[in-house]
Amino acid sequence: MKLIEHFKQGKCVVTCEVGPPKGIEIEKIIEELVSLQSKVDAFNVTDLQSSVLRVGSMATCRLLKEKSLEPIMQLTCRDRNRLGLQSDVLSAAVLGIENLLCLTGDHTTLGDHPQAMPVFDLDSVQLLSAVTALMNGKDMAGNDLEGRPPQFCLGAVVNPGADPLEPQIAKMEKKIAAGAQFIQTQAVYEVDKFAAFMEKVKHLNVPIMAGIVFLKSPGMAKFMNANVAGIHVPDDIIDELTAAGKEKRVEKSLEISARLIKELKGLCQGIHIMSLGWERHIAAVLEMADL
Amino acid sequence: MLFTKTKPIEEVLESLGDEKNIFLLACDGCAEACGTGGKDGLVQMKNEMEKAGKSIAGTCLVDFLCNKVLVTTRLSREMEQIQQADSIVVLTCGIGVQAVSKVISKVVHPADDTVSLGGMQGLWPSDERCNACGQCALDYTGGICPITMCAKSLLNGPCGGTKDGKCEVDPEKDCGWQLIYERLEKLGRLKNLKKVYSPRDYSKMLPSEDVRKTSFYDLEK
Repeated sequence: MKLIEHFKQGKCVVTCEVGPPKGIEIEKIIEELVSLQSKVDAFNVTDLQSSVLRVGSMATCRLLKEKSLEPIMQLTCRDRNRLGLQSDVLSAAVLGIENLLCLTGDHTTLGDHPQAMPVFDLDSVQLLSAVTALMNGKDMAGNDLEGRPPQFCLGAVVNPGADPLEPQIAKMEKKIAAGAQFIQTQAVYEVDKFAAFMEKVKHLNVPIMAGIVFLKSPGMAKFMNANVAGIHVPDDIIDELTAAGKEKRVEKSLEISARLIKELKGLCQGIHIMSLGWERHIAAVLEMADL
Repeated sequence: MLFTKTKPIEEVLESLGDEKNIFLLACDGCAEACGTGGKDGLVQMKNEMEKAGKSIAGTCLVDFLCNKVLVTTRLSREMEQIQQADSIVVLTCGIGVQAVSKVISKVVHPADDTVSLGGMQGLWPSDERCNACGQCALDYTGGICPITMCAKSLLNGPCGGTKDGKCEVDPEKDCGWQLIYERLEKLGRLKNLKKVYSPRDYSKMLPSEDVRKTSFYDLEK
């Protein structure tokens, strides 16, 4: 089922991020995700996240599909030119994948193969346009596709914490014009700032999912503040986590995430959870957040 | 030697939009040799502009537009006319357009597309870079090249990796789109951020047969 159908039901849509393994033993993670089926609307599978070699998004999505889980396939511009990207879009349709999240992708030099050629033949806006064209039966060169065209629900990302924000919003507008039907954000820790962002983009009329990254430790929060674009964990959250001490840290971390979700869910149309290996805690957090 | 080709005039006029009073600036170096700049190019562009109903604030020919010292010195005599103009149409390579935009706070419009960089590259004594993409994008980006200044050569705006105005690839390096944003803000052209760029046509990077036949190209063999 396309993600847009969930939004149409007017409920708070919940997705969670899935990072395929670096190696072929994927069974365990798939089993963990199956246990979340009743809680999570769709599973968003990364495409070589952080430019680190892993199992691909498309194969993982297909495996989820076979377990009756709804996948969202991430597609980045880093590794494939327009021929490769369009072919993968068609292949995804053939495998029954109905949701695509189109991103630029991290630069190759940030990952575990910094020697690789960064492709970026297309950017995220152009990729969305290309998929929209395929959905209308034409490839990027204007050639007709044979038979019925593929149909997808297309998503895109935005960083609501970017400074300046204006270029991000200008690009978000282009993404929506190019066919994005829902928007997923970078991790949010400051509810007020997020509310201000939502106010700035409300004219765009597209469902927005707030990103949640589980904070595993005060050190992780500080690392993200120093190194990850557009993420700012305020000091009071870091202090709260520090004060909990090592034994109660997990519990406190989940409590913080649940509280954020509770505050954010009324401001936007969905929540996207990036658990970074803590899949086993997702159900508990959602329960605490009344989802 | 930087090989340039004249942009289709429709493209130049589209990027000029409502701007009426135009200053024309041409390079008398490589672009003159390519027949895309020099005195002839200037006269031809003047005719095209007048045909399109534009008025000409002034014209100037400079030996090497890639040399910012030369450009600044020579244009100091034309400053009054330049200040009155809405924008400058520059008949030169990608380096020349970037150099001009760096020394003069005016909107610049490239009149040429750069298709190849071969051998000795003009005077080019500074930090501007041209990728010879054959589809010069400098019109809408405040004269800062997104292809060479962005690590991912993104045309439609910054990626999510820009942090504190720096690039995700190297925190010492400015985010090209941050520079473009600041320049457009300074020029009062933030609306240019809305311009949607189609995917690049990489076949335009291949020097065409007429370019390959020029003596300069031959001499490099």
